Amino acid sequence: METEFTPIASLLGGGLIGLSAVILMASHGRVAGISGIVSRILPPAIDTKGLPQGLTFIAGLLLAAPLFFGIVGQTPDITISNNMALLGLAGILVGFGSVLGNGCTSGHGVCGISRMSARSMIATVTFMTTGVVTVFILRHVVGG
Amino acid sequence: MHFFSTLFAGLFFGTGLILSGMANPTKVQNFLDIFGTWDPSLAFVMGGAVLVTAPGFWFVQKRSTPFFHDMFHLPTRNDLDARLVTGAAIFGIGWGLGGLCPGPAVTSLPFATSGVLVFVPAMLVGMSLAKLTALPSRKTISA
Repeated sequence: METEFTPIASLLGGGLIGLSAVILMASHGRVAGISGIVSRILPPAIDTKGLPQGLTFIAGLLLAAPLFFGIVGQTPDITISNNMALLGLAGILVGFGSVLGNGCTSGHGVCGISRMSARSMIATVTFMTTGVVTVFILRHVVGG
Repeated sequence: MHFFSTLFAGLFFGTGLILSGMANPTKVQNFLDIFGTWDPSLAFVMGGAVLVTAPGFWFVQKRSTPFFHDMFHLPTRNDLDARLVTGAAIFGIGWGLGGLCPGPAVTSLPFATSGVLVFVPAMLVGMSLAKLTALPSRKTISA
């Protein structure tokens, strides 16, 4: 299914994500990597010291959708696969891979690249590549 | 102030994800579908974020410490190891399959689409599994 090219909304949204990363760095000296923030409060070895920061950040993330709905009056366009087995597998791979590789789209893709980190650049190129290959297989080989 | 800063950081992050289209899995998959219904919008998300973050980080780090904490926790490693590349590769496969990564997945929980309600618990299990396997080398993780 095609989606509309939205350069301005995407650029503005990206700017807000960047602002968030700067706030977190200025206030707590932390990189805004969502996989890190979420995984640190999961067992085993829960980071109890960072728990309040982690939970308030996640609370902020969860408030965004109701706030958007309250202001705009409708939910944004969200279309997602209805293949639950596929989404379960995707979830496990995303969770496992992001923790193993120490970061996801936000930690490596935004914060890491902004810091010119070689590790993050390699990670970003790697997950972009496997992502493109996966979607190609999913849509043009299997689903073709 | 302390908690307001993280709460607002989360709120801005989530709002940015929704506004930018990152919370729409089909749009993410279209970004990755360069040989099909390609939608380059998400390159603008990353571009917009880096345009703010890169100068922002530079400016913030001119201070000796953050406002509410005694030190900056910056990743210091610059070596490349198999774990980094393997992890990123696995993450990318999952990202392509579902069109969701951790930020958008958590942010779209309140919309309660059944797909997200399946994806997020699976993601948390995957994270815990990775932490479990990585436990012996935790010293290198926190370094």
